[in-house]
Amino acid sequence: MNQTKMKDRQFLGMTRETFFKKYGIIFILLLMVGIMLVVSPTFRTYNNVLSIMQSVAVNGCLALGMVFVITAGGIDLSIGSQLALTSVVIGCAFAANAPIPVAIIASIAMCTAFGFINGLLVSRLKLFPFVVTLATQLVIRGAAYIISDGKASSITNKSFRTIGMGKVGDVIPVCIFIFLGLAVIAFILLHCTKFGRFVYAVGGNINAAIASGIKVKWVQTFTYAWMGACAGVAGIILTSRINAAQPNIGSGYETDAIAACVIGGTSFAGGISTIPGTIIGIIIIGVIYNGMNLLQVNSYYQMALKGILIILSVVLDNYLNKRRG
Amino acid sequence: MGEDYIFECQNISKYFGGSKALKNVEFHLKPGEIHALLGENGAGKSTLMKIIVGLYKPDTGTMKLEGKPYRANDPYDAMRHGISMIHQELNIEPHLSVAESIFLNREDTVGPFLNPKKTNERAQKVLDQFDFHVSPTTLMEKLTIAQAQMVEIIRAVSCDAKIVIMDEPTSSLDSNETERLFATIRQLKQQGVSVIYISHRMEEIFEICDTISIFRDGQYIGTKPLAETNKNELVSMMVGHEVLNIFPKVDCEIGQTVFKVEGLCGKGFTDISFEVHAGEILGFSGLVGSGRSETMRAIFGLDPLESGHLYLNGEEIRIREPQKAIDLGIAMVNEDRKLFGLCLNRSVKENISLPNLRARQKGLFIQSKRELRECTEMAEKLHVKTASMDAEAYSLSGGNQQKVVLAKWMMTNPKVLILDEPTRGVDVGAKAEIHMLMCQLAAQGLAIILISSELPEVLGMSDRILIYHEGRIINSVMREQVLSGEADQMSVLNNMFGNV
Repeated sequence: MNQTKMKDRQFLGMTRETFFKKYGIIFILLLMVGIMLVVSPTFRTYNNVLSIMQSVAVNGCLALGMVFVITAGGIDLSIGSQLALTSVVIGCAFAANAPIPVAIIASIAMCTAFGFINGLLVSRLKLFPFVVTLATQLVIRGAAYIISDGKASSITNKSFRTIGMGKVGDVIPVCIFIFLGLAVIAFILLHCTKFGRFVYAVGGNINAAIASGIKVKWVQTFTYAWMGACAGVAGIILTSRINAAQPNIGSGYETDAIAACVIGGTSFAGGISTIPGTIIGIIIIGVIYNGMNLLQVNSYYQMALKGILIILSVVLDNYLNKRRG
Repeated sequence: MGEDYIFECQNISKYFGGSKALKNVEFHLKPGEIHALLGENGAGKSTLMKIIVGLYKPDTGTMKLEGKPYRANDPYDAMRHGISMIHQELNIEPHLSVAESIFLNREDTVGPFLNPKKTNERAQKVLDQFDFHVSPTTLMEKLTIAQAQMVEIIRAVSCDAKIVIMDEPTSSLDSNETERLFATIRQLKQQGVSVIYISHRMEEIFEICDTISIFRDGQYIGTKPLAETNKNELVSMMVGHEVLNIFPKVDCEIGQTVFKVEGLCGKGFTDISFEVHAGEILGFSGLVGSGRSETMRAIFGLDPLESGHLYLNGEEIRIREPQKAIDLGIAMVNEDRKLFGLCLNRSVKENISLPNLRARQKGLFIQSKRELRECTEMAEKLHVKTASMDAEAYSLSGGNQQKVVLAKWMMTNPKVLILDEPTRGVDVGAKAEIHMLMCQLAAQGLAIILISSELPEVLGMSDRILIYHEGRIINSVMREQVLSGEADQMSVLNNMFGNV
């Protein structure tokens, strides 16, 4: 009896009320999907779903990193450049005839290292994250141009294409599994470990976190390093999809990642976010882009609409927060 | 009848989440009177004032200004209606001049451009009116707190305020400055301005006010003309009929020295030595800024220690960061729970388990069931009233928030518990509970360090009191001396000001 009561009250480890508070955004997603199903016959085709999934995979990996950084009270604008860096590093690795695992590890390690540096600059030198990553984005982009000598090169390794374009059982794209895998790791990291709890505490009230014995600087640093690792994974998928090492890709990706977090309920004040919410945010952005394409909205309008949408979601979040307070 | 009042409100109620901050409160203000609001922390005085100036919206009730229905959307709106509030913490723009501050938002202009010359002339005129000798072009950051406060008052009055609300205006003034402030208030009264005066200092209220309204636990208790009342009556109205014993000090056996410090020096304190025993509550008294909190922060590893030695159970220890202190069994409840105590937007459970998460960790993962169980047990033990363990900390009342902070530190199983202002901003009931808990913990053999600015609390709860003055311990008082009447609030206060 008691157990059934527990089951009734607890849903995904929270009461029903908190569930709606945190994931109410899911109904907006369902509404959007519903509308698209009605107005666009193309929406439900396999090819279209496939293309949504592929775009979600890259943006999703970035958002899964970004959510840690924002939750801890920071921001990372350098991830677009990190995508380019990944691409170039992979190109170099294959040019030197390295096997795929080496190329993957090298590129992820490179981005993690730059993320780590971002983190050190923010936490140790107490610089504003916005300024630090605005500057390092130039450094990283520059590094990508230096390594590649500014040239794009096609990737010679044929099996590398599987990561971005391959399908499991000829149906589901490989990259979506990579994204889901990363999502599981992110979920565990943020919701089930000490590190995740510390991320929330640092973002929620950094002074209280310090007074509670948390090594705040390391927590901050690791959020940026994790962001770097996620950017590396996203960069690998993207590089595989375009099948080329290019130093000029990835600009503007930070906007989508940040937007996905915000739509998914991440508070810019820090200390509030969930991984499921972030994933819903990512899918919403994917569906919006796709929907606007299918409805043949002019791409200039698309950009403007995207901005308006972010503002609306923040207003909604503010409103919900106020009602709670 | 209603015509006699410049301002009145009826049936004002205000809820915060589930807790009631004001319950059907009424308040009447006559023109040209100085009206004191009296009540303990959390009695609802500030909430009512914030409703009047439009910072909060009332949930029920009506307000009338000069007989007409009144409601302010924000403080600026209230100001246009002639009601200004001078907050306890002054809102100073350090880079503005005195004249610019006074006429902020009401600058003189020539077409689209500012006309500083005219603004300065206007400012000079009002400054003269208040006999306040400061040049209108002086920057605000050059003024003392008392002078800055004068500027705030002049600003409030210069926009034809009919009602000026002052929240603890003397809290950072010395006695000369206070006298000047009173002279200004009397001047306002002569000009027909009504003043609502919030203060905890009974002496001041008797010196300056005409009428007193008393609040308790969010309820309006009554209004008395000053001439018809006395201190004792007011205190009993404030506290209510059931006078709780809020200092239930139980004497328990004092054991061996648990924690000892020698010759501590750091920023704000010099050559501090003391020891605290198992079962002992060691009180620290001193003015704010005298070095009490600074010493404890340095001991706990939050600020650097310049020199000195720390001993725990006879062994010398070094603490460079709070984690080390926690590992050694030292816990510290910080003075400001909103700043240092709680992550307000996180749940009660997460807050409680934060400093000692390691103990509830298996491998990489937090054992969530065990965490929930242990945190719930601790919360129940301390009688934390919360909707659930998942409720965010901000949804709790001040007293319950403070209990969450205590619960969080109890989870670390401390041997030494440092409590810096453990009952600040907490209602009487919770206060008594926290004091009771301190006694229980002492009885279990904990060494407790209590810092408090409330003299009755330090005197009522401590086995021994150390008195700080300008960064040094200048005297100590034993409980026996307190009980025998040899030491009392006056003598300790004298010590705090450096007279031994």
